[in-house]
Amino acid sequence: MISLTVNGKQQKVEVRPDTPLLWVLRETLGLTGTKFGCGMNQCGACTVHVDGKPMRSCQTPISSVAGKKVTTIEGLSADSSHPLQQAWIAEQVPQCGYCQSGQIMAAAALLAAKRRPSDQDIDAALDGNICRCGTYQRIRRAIHRAAKMMGAEA
Amino acid sequence: MGNPTTLSRRSFLQVSAVAGGGLMIGFYLPGLVKQAKGQTGVFAPNIWLRIAPDDSVTVLLTALELGQGAMTAMPMLVAEELDADWNKVKLEWVGADPAYGNPNMRGTQTTAASQSTRGYWKMLREAGAAARAMLVTAAAQTWGVPEDSCSTENGEVLHSPSGRRLRYGALVEKASALPVPKPVTLKDQRNFRLLGQPIPRRDIPEKVNGSAIYGMDVKVPNKLVARVLRCPVFGGKVASFNADKAKAVPGVRHVVQIASGPAAAGGSFTASIQGWPGIAVVADNFWAATQGLKALQVKWDEGPNANLSSEEIRKRFAEAAEKPGAVARNDGDFDQAIAGAAKQLKAVYELPYLAHATMEPMNCTADVRPDGCDVWVSTQSHTSAHQAAVRITGLPASKVKIHTTYVGGGFGRRGEADYAAEAVEISKAVGRPVQVIWTREDDMQHDFYRPVTYVHFWAALDGSGMPIGWKTRLVQPSLRARFNPRALEASRGVDGISIGGIAELRYSIPHLRAEYILNDPGVPVGFWRAPGGSVSGYVTESFFDEIAAAAGKDPYELRRRLLDKAPRLRGVLDLAAEKAGWGKPLPPGRFRGISVLETIGSFVSQVAEVSVAPDGKVRVHRVVCAVDCGWIINPDTIQAQIEGGIIYGLTAALQGEITIKNGRVVQSNFHDYPMLRMNETPEIEVYIVPSSEAPGGIGELSTPPIASAVVNAIFAATGKRIRRLPIRAQELRPA
Repeated sequence: MISLTVNGKQQKVEVRPDTPLLWVLRETLGLTGTKFGCGMNQCGACTVHVDGKPMRSCQTPISSVAGKKVTTIEGLSADSSHPLQQAWIAEQVPQCGYCQSGQIMAAAALLAAKRRPSDQDIDAALDGNICRCGTYQRIRRAIHRAAKMMGAEA
Repeated sequence: MGNPTTLSRRSFLQVSAVAGGGLMIGFYLPGLVKQAKGQTGVFAPNIWLRIAPDDSVTVLLTALELGQGAMTAMPMLVAEELDADWNKVKLEWVGADPAYGNPNMRGTQTTAASQSTRGYWKMLREAGAAARAMLVTAAAQTWGVPEDSCSTENGEVLHSPSGRRLRYGALVEKASALPVPKPVTLKDQRNFRLLGQPIPRRDIPEKVNGSAIYGMDVKVPNKLVARVLRCPVFGGKVASFNADKAKAVPGVRHVVQIASGPAAAGGSFTASIQGWPGIAVVADNFWAATQGLKALQVKWDEGPNANLSSEEIRKRFAEAAEKPGAVARNDGDFDQAIAGAAKQLKAVYELPYLAHATMEPMNCTADVRPDGCDVWVSTQSHTSAHQAAVRITGLPASKVKIHTTYVGGGFGRRGEADYAAEAVEISKAVGRPVQVIWTREDDMQHDFYRPVTYVHFWAALDGSGMPIGWKTRLVQPSLRARFNPRALEASRGVDGISIGGIAELRYSIPHLRAEYILNDPGVPVGFWRAPGGSVSGYVTESFFDEIAAAAGKDPYELRRRLLDKAPRLRGVLDLAAEKAGWGKPLPPGRFRGISVLETIGSFVSQVAEVSVAPDGKVRVHRVVCAVDCGWIINPDTIQAQIEGGIIYGLTAALQGEITIKNGRVVQSNFHDYPMLRMNETPEIEVYIVPSSEAPGGIGELSTPPIASAVVNAIFAATGKRIRRLPIRAQELRPA
């Protein structure tokens, strides 16, 4: 039995300890917003936050996050009100949308660390996230937009 | 229930569901209008929409949402003619139902070939216009006024002289009793309210909070998860395996050999409707199935392709290109032109196999029971998934239901139903719902690849440097041979998908010859975003640049001059050149390349700004793209598709290559089949030509020209001509 906190809720799961966090989220806890893309830390579709830091859940054994706080796309906001989610809608970012949970979670970690990221900051923080539909230009615009929104709120 | 016999089974169910609660409009066949009679409160002249007393308008959707905006664009077409209140438009998927087939896709429900708008726009507008006309009649009768004194706006009929208004919902019952008008008049483009506006996409809110359900995310009670180990060599099969070892893994329930029978005869669209020979390990969850797979100890019978390699294919193609092929075009007399030419050019271009690499790996959930079958699948073709399930279960077509989900990327891969066939076969074998999940490695190594291609060009220039003759000989495995062998026969061995873009060259060159040679090494091939255009756009627009260079002419000016009979092509060429500042100075180290082509019923031109580093690394800084795709449904969707298509084509040009060794695909994941990333993305500008022409395609429009625009810019920068994709840095390093 492994205990962890997911989106603010205490969870106890009984799985093989080497099971990737991704599959525990998706299959055991039914949180399917976090996506399986490559299984080898190459595409970022499975990005979640572990104790506030972006992590690739496909390569994170569940045993390594025992006692930690995990946030998934479903926990980013209760009602899509996070500035990044609002900016993603305003810029009409997603196409197929499959990678976008990971993109948003990577961007959220960036904005938490840096309130006004430069283009170079965005390149560095997001270059682990593949979008096969090629929405990168809009992702960049949406991050800048969200940063402005958050600046206005502060 | 009246007389719904003219409606298809599923349409009948929809009528039943709304009986007494609203009104339904649908064309059973395009243009053929039928009404379900005797149903009070139900208005049912066609299958595309229904209006409820609460004013809600439900538009029925068949074109699947791949991220291309179909689930917003299709209802916009209906709502425009209906003058509906867009905020009251609801959407509903129709599932597999032949009544909704795309006439441009041989009547199948297949969302591909940039054909959703082109195949459906007219009937969707007519469906909306017919409903609107009936609502107007109903209101005019209610008020006792002439119909032509009434107008419609935002879900209401208005009588301006008296200031009276009636909501559509209030007219449902009366409209239902009316005959359906035929023919209907469509709006003048100048009166569009929705069409041409950047309406926000309907799917996006669900795609920013994790709630959008893709095939991968389907929850079905009692579901098991399967992984399949497939023969790594194309054409091979299972020799032996150890089921007991796999079953000993905790959580593993079943081990099933699949797709071991003879090859299935194709369905009506002849997408693959069977799985790959292999072994399925069925378990409680993904991780247990994965451990079970490792324990299988499979031995393969690798078959006749066991020694195939990319080098071997290249050699075969070069040999094949020595001889003439099937003639696709023959204007004038090329042989005579080249014999008398002041200057001759010759070049060979080569392109590799390419994988689709959709972000959502292939997967499908099936629940096969003795009396029926449900399939949940991210697909581009309800028809092919349905055919696969019917074939494997042996159930009547009406007992097989396809459930629609969001699709995590299609690009042509998901017109195939191999992965759906696997899920159905496994569920049937184990008697429980099963989701088959492919890994990225499975996906990359068992794809239907963009065909490998070898092209030989010859050109003849006259004394003034003008091209007077151009001959092409293209060697390629044939998509048409797989999907429509009879059409290939009818065209005397010319595969128009492969060579269409070359055979239909629009440049005014008097002596033109194009030949096609079919050569299939045995690696599965399929439709890949712009399957023909991605090849022809690269090779013709690069070779044209060679001609311009040999003639000492500006590549834009020469294109312009020779497109004298192609005004729409010249239009996009001029627009792209103007917006890119063609001929104007650039920052040091940057160079421009240009390309222009016609494909999928639309016209596109691109200018790429490129620099080449001393180590040969190519950086694309900016791409200006001009498009003419007829009248516009949603400009933001066009822009998004153009942006995405450029990234897709640039990924292929700069990095995309599937190689074969020992009969199997070498690449396995994104580390060795890399994708363009954020830091490599150019600034992309999109300019749309205003037009009143019929809509063309958009999803595959911007992928074909980008490789040539970049390669032509590299030539401007270095004097080196890239004739083999992907672009290799080592070829661009100083000797």
